[in-house]
Amino acid sequence: MLLLKKEQLLAWLNKLTQAYQVFAPVNEEGCVSFKQIEAGDQCTLDYTNSKVPPKEVLFPRSEYLFCYRCEKEHVELKEQIDEHKKVIFGLRPCDARSFLLLDNVFRNERFQDPYYLTRRKNTVLVGLGCNQPPATCFCTSLGSGPFATEGLDLLLVDIGDRYVLEVLTERGQELLSGMELPAADQEAREAAQKVKEGAAVSSRVTLEGLKSKLDVSFDHPLWDLIHEKCLGCAACTYTCPTCHCFDIVDEAQGNEGCRVRSWDACMFPLFTLHGSGHNPRPTNKERFRQRVMHKFKYFVDNFNATACVGCGRCILNCPVNLDIREVIAEIQGTEVRSNKQ
Amino acid sequence: MLIKMQDITKAMQEKARELLQNKEVELVIGFSKGSLPLRYTPCFIRQPEEAEKLAWGYGCENNLAVYLRKRPEKMAVIAKGCDSRSIVELIKENQVKRENLVIIGVPCRGMIDRQKLSRLLAGKELREAEIKDGLVAVQGKDISASFPLDQLLYDSCLTCQHPNPVLYDYLLGEQVPARGSDTFADVAGFESRPPAERRSYLMKELSRCIRCYACRQACPMCFCEECFADCSMPQWVSKSSLDVQANLFFQAVRVLHLAGRCVDCGACDRACPMGIDLRTLTRKMVRDIQELFGYTAGISLDEKPPLAAPIKTAAGHV
Repeated sequence: MLLLKKEQLLAWLNKLTQAYQVFAPVNEEGCVSFKQIEAGDQCTLDYTNSKVPPKEVLFPRSEYLFCYRCEKEHVELKEQIDEHKKVIFGLRPCDARSFLLLDNVFRNERFQDPYYLTRRKNTVLVGLGCNQPPATCFCTSLGSGPFATEGLDLLLVDIGDRYVLEVLTERGQELLSGMELPAADQEAREAAQKVKEGAAVSSRVTLEGLKSKLDVSFDHPLWDLIHEKCLGCAACTYTCPTCHCFDIVDEAQGNEGCRVRSWDACMFPLFTLHGSGHNPRPTNKERFRQRVMHKFKYFVDNFNATACVGCGRCILNCPVNLDIREVIAEIQGTEVRSNKQ
Repeated sequence: MLIKMQDITKAMQEKARELLQNKEVELVIGFSKGSLPLRYTPCFIRQPEEAEKLAWGYGCENNLAVYLRKRPEKMAVIAKGCDSRSIVELIKENQVKRENLVIIGVPCRGMIDRQKLSRLLAGKELREAEIKDGLVAVQGKDISASFPLDQLLYDSCLTCQHPNPVLYDYLLGEQVPARGSDTFADVAGFESRPPAERRSYLMKELSRCIRCYACRQACPMCFCEECFADCSMPQWVSKSSLDVQANLFFQAVRVLHLAGRCVDCGACDRACPMGIDLRTLTRKMVRDIQELFGYTAGISLDEKPPLAAPIKTAAGHV
């Protein structure tokens, strides 16, 4: 563990921007998101969490996969792989965990996604512990915590005028080359410990038994009503650090164009609309069920992990205050009944 | 005299219970207490004994008219001034059957803008809030402050000319006086800026758009079976958000499609998770419709919608 004075932070960030694309929390009109910064003073670390999660750095809202130009006899293709070295600076431990979950989707036995994986490989994650987790956070119920180090290369613990810096990987160490930071003394270590103990996550959800309930609940009548106030927008999915569905379209003019990948959401009717006009998820009921099932059942089936990190963004951003904690509690409160009944 | 929110809540519960018990309706759509401070959430009541869930307060910000289409059953809905105006337009557009709907009107004193409050708290987290005597007392980890209620209300509430429901079967509480006339000074101010400046303002706002379509989904009048933004043959607007101009194009077309139908309830603006200013566009269109057609949406069931009626000008019909 090392010590970093707060006044050293700016110089460090400035130095990092020389060698890396640095993405850090930036406050625009009260809306904090991870943006590429040119200088350290553009970044704010005085924030609860970003509006849109830092997943957009590795998995952008929209990205070119390749561009093409058709000639008479041949097609010219230009792949758009982003190989820049990046640092995501000041992300919360829950969001670091989300990358471990997303890795399952983009790197598995069946699929290797070069766009995500190249960025992932070249990105160093510098976390910022949560001294004051908001009341909507329930990360500890999902195996994370306000100072969890899982997935991070460095972790900053704010102890007032200084940061205690936990070096977790060699890549993290590299970011500090030439810095010559002192080791954290006993007093600083104790202060960091105190900060960690004071950071209580008060909100909880019960995951125990949830998966086995969902396993047999596809046709449960609870789905008829639980979605009722949902408007069917994508505020929850697009601000979710683990939602990863996408759509691919060609944006072409004449004989040239680009293939673009954009975020898509299971809450939209268009998401499952077939070319024939048939839609296997015709109403909001099926779509809402899908969202819950994907996070708490299908992802567990596929990757043995729950696709939620308890960041609370969907709770804060839902236009009608449909609270996922209440949805989970309601499912937990139902009687188990089999699909056959 | 019903002035206190608790009294309105009580009257609302009683009315809902009565309507359900007498089988006059099968469903009551209203609000219950939400899971966040100052927040209320839409709720659907089907049993008389569930009526006690209903609540009324300064956080009933959603326009419940959005839930009324395509429901076969007889139902009741809690309606503020703006909700009732949307209902009027939905009835005129044959989307809602008046005879299937019981409107429980509630005069509205305005709703609290959580983003305004969040800006005042400089991003610090609100943990508890209490409203008393026109003051909102807020508590958080390092905050304890009090703000005048008026300072926290949505802009759409501060210019609202129709706080009282225009159409109702029952009215709970006393009529609320409308605020001073709406001069659309904000629209005039925006129009007075050079075109390039207006464009760059809108582009900056729309650069935050993540295309979640919360604005569209929250709007009671945005009910196209297939939104032009979702149409792929032909593709009117790019599906990606690579080009901010496409975001602006989507929003501009959406707003134009609401000409003479938008009641300026602010639901789109409130729903936006990115805090994008959408009312600068919608207000301009509302003002233009008033100027060009002398029409204010959602006021009367008899008045024809402007684009379905002959144009009236100072010189007579055109």
